Amino acid sequence: MKERIGVFICHCGRNIAGTVDVEKVAEVISKHPQVVHCETYVYMCSEPGQKLIMDAIRNKGLTAVVVAACSTTIHYETFARVVEADGLNRYKLEIANIREQCSWIHINRKEATEKAIRIVLASIAKVSMDEPLYPIKAKVTRKCLVIGGGIAGITAALDIANSGIPVVLVEKSPTIGGKMAMLSETFPTLDCAQCILTPKMAEVARHPNVKILTCSEVISVEGYVGNFKVKILKHPRKVDPSKCRLCTLCERVCPVTVPREFDRGLSTRKAIYIPFPQAVPSAYVVDEEHCTKCGLCVKVCPTKAINLDEKEEIIEEEVGAIIVATGYDLYPGEKLREYGYGVYKDVIDSLQFERLLSSGGPTKGQILRPSDKKPVKRIVFIQCAGSRDDNHLKYCSKICCMYTAKHALLFKERVHDGEVTIFYIDIRAAGKGYEEFIKRVQEEFEVNYIRGKVSKVYRDKNGDMVVIGVDTLSGQKVTVRADLVVLALGIIPQLDRDLASMIKIPVDEYGFAQEVHPKLRPVECVTSGVFVCGAVQGPKDISETVTQASAAAAKVIELLTQEYITHEPTIAEVDKDLCSGCRICIAVCPYGAIEIVEGKAKINEVLCEGCGACVVACPSSAIKLRNYTDSQLINMVKAALTGV
Amino acid sequence: MYEPKIIAFLCRWCASAAADLAGVSRLSYPANIIPIVVPCSGRVDPRAIIEAFLNGADGVLIGGCHTPNDCHYISGNFKAFKRIHILKKLLKQFGIEPERIRLEWISATEATKLVQVTKDFVETIRKLGPLAR
Repeated sequence: MKERIGVFICHCGRNIAGTVDVEKVAEVISKHPQVVHCETYVYMCSEPGQKLIMDAIRNKGLTAVVVAACSTTIHYETFARVVEADGLNRYKLEIANIREQCSWIHINRKEATEKAIRIVLASIAKVSMDEPLYPIKAKVTRKCLVIGGGIAGITAALDIANSGIPVVLVEKSPTIGGKMAMLSETFPTLDCAQCILTPKMAEVARHPNVKILTCSEVISVEGYVGNFKVKILKHPRKVDPSKCRLCTLCERVCPVTVPREFDRGLSTRKAIYIPFPQAVPSAYVVDEEHCTKCGLCVKVCPTKAINLDEKEEIIEEEVGAIIVATGYDLYPGEKLREYGYGVYKDVIDSLQFERLLSSGGPTKGQILRPSDKKPVKRIVFIQCAGSRDDNHLKYCSKICCMYTAKHALLFKERVHDGEVTIFYIDIRAAGKGYEEFIKRVQEEFEVNYIRGKVSKVYRDKNGDMVVIGVDTLSGQKVTVRADLVVLALGIIPQLDRDLASMIKIPVDEYGFAQEVHPKLRPVECVTSGVFVCGAVQGPKDISETVTQASAAAAKVIELLTQEYITHEPTIAEVDKDLCSGCRICIAVCPYGAIEIVEGKAKINEVLCEGCGACVVACPSSAIKLRNYTDSQLINMVKAALTGV
Repeated sequence: MYEPKIIAFLCRWCASAAADLAGVSRLSYPANIIPIVVPCSGRVDPRAIIEAFLNGADGVLIGGCHTPNDCHYISGNFKAFKRIHILKKLLKQFGIEPERIRLEWISATEATKLVQVTKDFVETIRKLGPLAR
C-alpha cells in the first residue's frame, strides 16, 4: 500500500522559525513522492495546530503523520492522541526533532534549514515503514511468592496479604523470624527484638492469605511477570505441626546432641528440637542430618505427631510476582586469623554476643565467658572485622557501629563496673537518633573508644585474652587485656547463585542482589515482576529493611491489582522461515526473553524490552525490531544523507 | 571549506537526551552532525554504519550510555563497544580510516561532552578529508 503521509512543521513561535526557514523545509518536503500534505503552523501543539492535523487526516486520507517540532519527550503523547482521535494508529506517527537538535543549536540559517530537511526526511523514511501496533496484554496471577522469612519477608508478606492478595512465604529453615529473632534489643530505642518481632510472626502465621512453607527451598522458576511457575522443595519436617503440643518428651529421650544453630553454637540441642520457644510454626522438627532413626521419640510422643519416614515433597505454585528477601550472613570469622576466631572460645562474633545478652539465650542474659563460664568484667569489641578491608570486604557493613555501641551499653547495664574498649576506624551513625545514641554510650556509659585497628588477639598463660592494636590518634601501640573479645563481623549476602540465576536477578561484585536503579527503582529487579528487599540487596538495619519490604510490597500490589499487564509492542519479532535456531540471540538477550521452540527462536512478548541487541546479532537477519527494522534504520540513514 | 557529513546514532536514553539538553542550554555545535535516534547503541547494526559510509557520510558517531551500569537495556553499550571495535578493524582492511567511526558514552546530563565530542569529531573528519568513494 502506498503511504499517504502528512508532514506538519511547527514554527514554535520563533524558536524554530527564527533559525530554520520552515517554508523552505515545507517546499522541499512537499515534493517527496509519499507526502500528500505538508503545512507549517506557528504552534502545532496548540488547539488550532492540532485541528490542522485532524482535518488533514480526515480530508486527505492520511495514513501516516510526521510532526516536525520539538523533542519526542515533550509532545509525542500530545500528537499521538491527536492522530488516534482520527483513527490513525499512534505508531504511525513520528516526531522529527528540529528544535532541540537543530534550530536551538545552530545560528546559520542555511545550515539549520538544510539539517532540518534531513531530519524530516529521515522521519518520513521511518514512518513510511512503521506498522500499526497495539499494546501487548498478558493476564496476571494474583498471588505473590516471598522467598525468605526474616523481618523483610514477613513485613512484605503481611502488607501484600492485607491488601487481599494471597502470599506463599518460603523459608529454608524450620522457623520464620530470621536473624532478627536472634537479637536481644535493637538500636537506638532498645526495644526487645522478640517483643516486636514475635507478634508479627504470629500474625503472618494465622493470616488467611499467607501460606508459610518452612524447611523449603525454591528449586525452579519459569515464566515471566504476572505468570511465574515455581517449584518448591519441601524437606520433611517429620513432626506434624498440627499434632505437636511442645511437651518436650521427644527432646528428653533423644540421644543425639549437636550445637544449637540459633545460639550460634553457644548451647546444644537434640536431633529433635524446636529452634527457639517462639518459633513459627510452633512445633518440633527432626534434624535429618543428625537423626539416627532410633525411634525413641516416636515411642514417647503422646500425640503420635512424629513420622520418621516422612518424605520430601515438591510443591508447585503459580504466582504473578516474586520478592527475594533472603537476608544476610556474617562474614566467616575464621578468615580473620589474626583475631583468633574459631581458635579461642572467648573470641566470639556479634550474633553470639546477642545470644549472650538475650534473656532467652544460653546464659539467660548473663554475660559469661564461653570457655569457663566465669562472669565477664573486661570486654573488647573490634569493629570493621572484615569490613572496609581490601583483603576481605571492601564495603562498609553499615550496622556494626550502631550495634557495637548497643552491645557496650547493654553490657554496662548488666555489669556496672565492667570495662569496655571498642576499636573502630570511623563511627558511622547516620540515622534518626543514631548519633545521639553513640554520644550517650560514649559519655554516660564511659566506654573507651580507641580509633585504630587490631593487629593480633591471643590468649596468655593466665587465660586472659590479649588484644594488641594501634591508637591512630596518638600513634601509640596499645595492649588491652580482656575476658571476652567480640568481633563485629561484616555482612555478606545470603543469596544462592543458583537461585539468583534461576530468577535471573543480577548480583553486584560482592553478591548482593542488584536493583534496577539505586535511587529511582530501588526494589525492582531487571527481570520484570521480581522485587528485592532487605539485607540481600545491601547491608541495612531493621528500620531500613522494613521500609524497603513495604516498598517492595507496594510494587507487588501495584502489579497484581491490575487485570492485565500491558507492554510496549515495539519489541523483537522472529521470522521463523529465516531462523536457523543457532541460539546466538539467546546469548545476547539481557532479559532471557528468547527460547528455542521446535528448533526456532521464540520471543516472549512480555519479557522483551525492545533493545534490539538480538536483531544486530542474528546472522540470518531473522529478527526484526518492530518499527526499528534494519530497512528502516538504513532508509533513515539514506534519507538523511540524500538531503536537499 | 570542506564540510563533512556525519551521521550520529544517538541512543534514546542518554546521548539523545544530552542532545536535547544541549538544545535547551543553547550550546552550539556544528550542523554537520545529523542525528538519528535509536533505542540503544546496541541496536546500531554495523551494516547501518557501512550504509552510512556508502551513502555519503564521512564519519559516523555513536552515542550511548556510560559503561558499566548506565545502559537502559543493561548491556547494550558493551555490545556496541565490541561490535564497533571489530568493525573498525575490518574497515581498516578496506582502507577506511577507523577514526571515521567514533563511539562515545554520553550521559543525559553531559550536554557539554556532546558538544565537545561533536566539535572534535568534525575537526578530525575535516582533517581526514572526504571519504574517497
